Amino acid sequence: MPGPAPDQRMRPEGRRNTQGIRIDPEAEATHEPRMAVLSALVKHEPGVLSEVSSLFSRRQFNIESLTVGPTQDGDTARMTIVIEEPEPGVQQAKKQLRKLIPVIDVEELESAAMRRELALIKVAGDRPGDVQAVAEMYGGDAVDASKDAVTVEITGSKQKIDAAIEAFEQFDVLEIVRTGAAALERGSKTMDSTTMESDN
Amino acid sequence: MSERASIPKRDPEEVPERENGIEEVTTGSQSVIAALEQAGVEHAFGVQGGAIMPVYDALYDSSINHITMAHEQGAAHAADAYGIVTGEPGLAMATSGPGATNLVTGIADAAMDSDPLIALTGQVATDFVGNDAFQETDTTGITMPITKQNYFADHSDTVGDDVSEAFALAEKGRQGPTLVDLPKDITKGETDQWPNPPKTPETHDEPVEADESAVEAAVTALEDAERPLILSGGGVVKSEASEELRSFAHEQEIPVITTMPGLGTFPETDDLSLGMAGMHGTGAANMAVTNCDVLLGVGTRFDDRLTGGVDTFAPDADIIHVEIDPAEISKNIEADYPLVGDAKRVLEQIDDAMTDAPEADQWREQCQIWTEEYPLTYETPDDEPLKPQYVVETFDELADDDAIVTTGVGQHQMWAAQFWTYEYPRTWVSSNGLGTMGYGVPSAIGAKIGAPDTEVVAFDGDGSFLMTIQELSVAVRENLDITYVVLNNEAIGMVRQWQDGFYEGRRMASEYPWVPEFDKLAEAFGARGFRLEEPEDVEETIQAAREYDGPAVIDAIIDPAENVFPMVPSGGDNGLFALNEQHLEMI
Repeated sequence: MPGPAPDQRMRPEGRRNTQGIRIDPEAEATHEPRMAVLSALVKHEPGVLSEVSSLFSRRQFNIESLTVGPTQDGDTARMTIVIEEPEPGVQQAKKQLRKLIPVIDVEELESAAMRRELALIKVAGDRPGDVQAVAEMYGGDAVDASKDAVTVEITGSKQKIDAAIEAFEQFDVLEIVRTGAAALERGSKTMDSTTMESDN
Repeated sequence: MSERASIPKRDPEEVPERENGIEEVTTGSQSVIAALEQAGVEHAFGVQGGAIMPVYDALYDSSINHITMAHEQGAAHAADAYGIVTGEPGLAMATSGPGATNLVTGIADAAMDSDPLIALTGQVATDFVGNDAFQETDTTGITMPITKQNYFADHSDTVGDDVSEAFALAEKGRQGPTLVDLPKDITKGETDQWPNPPKTPETHDEPVEADESAVEAAVTALEDAERPLILSGGGVVKSEASEELRSFAHEQEIPVITTMPGLGTFPETDDLSLGMAGMHGTGAANMAVTNCDVLLGVGTRFDDRLTGGVDTFAPDADIIHVEIDPAEISKNIEADYPLVGDAKRVLEQIDDAMTDAPEADQWREQCQIWTEEYPLTYETPDDEPLKPQYVVETFDELADDDAIVTTGVGQHQMWAAQFWTYEYPRTWVSSNGLGTMGYGVPSAIGAKIGAPDTEVVAFDGDGSFLMTIQELSVAVRENLDITYVVLNNEAIGMVRQWQDGFYEGRRMASEYPWVPEFDKLAEAFGARGFRLEEPEDVEETIQAAREYDGPAVIDAIIDPAENVFPMVPSGGDNGLFALNEQHLEMI
């Protein structure tokens, strides 16, 4: 004799959301995406950037920017990865990064961490004096000038660069190139591979 | 029966004497082979080719037994199955280009099931790399997402160490496939460097013990549970934790369900066993997982074939998740009590910390009621046409208790999971995560090489069998005593079942009325072939196939109308499993 049909079976009252998180029906909460700055210390070897970037693409993390460069130690490089993800996605990105063999350590930087990016902005060269004046307002400098064009370098936070680019729109902007963010924690705190965080 | 069907067993006296391993390292290839011997590799599965020739040449002097497969995919699956059965990494070898790409499916399969596997691939000489040279592919690039780690060997002095590290990584922590790409000039190049013993890199840090305070908290939740349940996954096999799991479940009297890779981790004959959960799991297991209040998941990644829709999975339960890979914690199902560590050790920790067993008499009674209400069964109005479930059940009764079952992928795989009674770990060898049709024939070869004294039974479907049927030639050449059972319904049956259930019966490209007669094909390969059509012949045919000393193929012509139930539709609610087509319409 077969047991009860689907609609007559014992059912619990609980529920989970689509992220697999058990929810309180009284106070249903969902995680909104947030910006997270991950800093990864990796072995400075061929293929590591490709490994990290392909991890991010195949796991569908919403990546904002990724920069990489050598550190004071010739054998390691430091990556700064900015992602916009709900909380579970941020945690998952950190854990998946840590699994990669060339990755020595991964930390999420506090929101107060120093974040800098660089932009080179090429504008038409008919008002070089005005261009230099605007550049100085943003702590930047004209780094190349020719008869037809002036190129300005601006360094700073994403917001500052956004604002500078807006200001340069009064000139005829020919080309813009921006790096992603490079970031470091404030104060004396450094990333130490012997004190791996555990995010369970 | 053809003459070749009884190829005599090779007389051990006739086998030419082998050198007992590499004695001197003068080339990169010899260093590669020395690394393998040092790691304890006994068997290799592979296919020769241009770029890998120097390595094979060094293998000529080795103690490692090489099994030449018909296709590289077969080599990867055989090595994968060898790894499952023995717990030691299996070794697959292929040449560059197409050899390497043919391995890809097998490597991906091993990755999804966290099976220990090492792939060695030939590569064009470093001067040619990047030039689209003959038989060149970017093998490390292609396999990056499906390996735990891969290596491009760039120096003859260090190539042996690359192989050693690949070996260590494949078997340590969360197991998985690794690959070493071997450019021809590197393997031919001179070196006198003996490889170092296998060792994982320093950045690879996998925890063994879970945090004590986390264990305490989890144990408190478990002690207070009214409806506790254990979910045993493939990680229990990998960490050899089956004994610990059994004794813990018995001591605390907690019912146990398994995932598909977890089959055999808890004996299905045990009163506490509710069987396999998930899409084609038992009614009892799916009712229990839906209604439990604390779920102790051990060595599982909460795959969607297990959970169904995550919003309806164990919706009332606190989840205790024992897992060696931190990235699996809260990936699919949020863990309330994450216990990161090796399953064997963490189960010991939990066992030590438990003071009171949960009071769950009523819950156990309820689980028992579900077992009685939803037995695995099939309708046999007049026993005809032949029912696949009956074939599996009968074979199970006749086979040795510790027989190893391997499968292809499809309906037959589910019947083999449902109607065979698993009692021991490492007796279920299947493509669980990737679902690779064609896994059956070569995996049985790898399993038999890994466990030569154990009975090996391979269930396959006609569609799946056709995908790697050429590997039968290997089973014949090696005279492997394997019984293949093709549950032949002239279709990719699982697809047809879905088309009937969810695509209004529009059977696009799922019916195979042109499949060959597999018994005759088996004879052509030199194996023994049997055709099985009548229910009354099942026992006799199986016994004859079992008694044949060599590979035998039973072409079992089964009822094409038979489908796999219970079933939870993809992304559905485990508690609302369908027992038949009418139920499917209700949910």
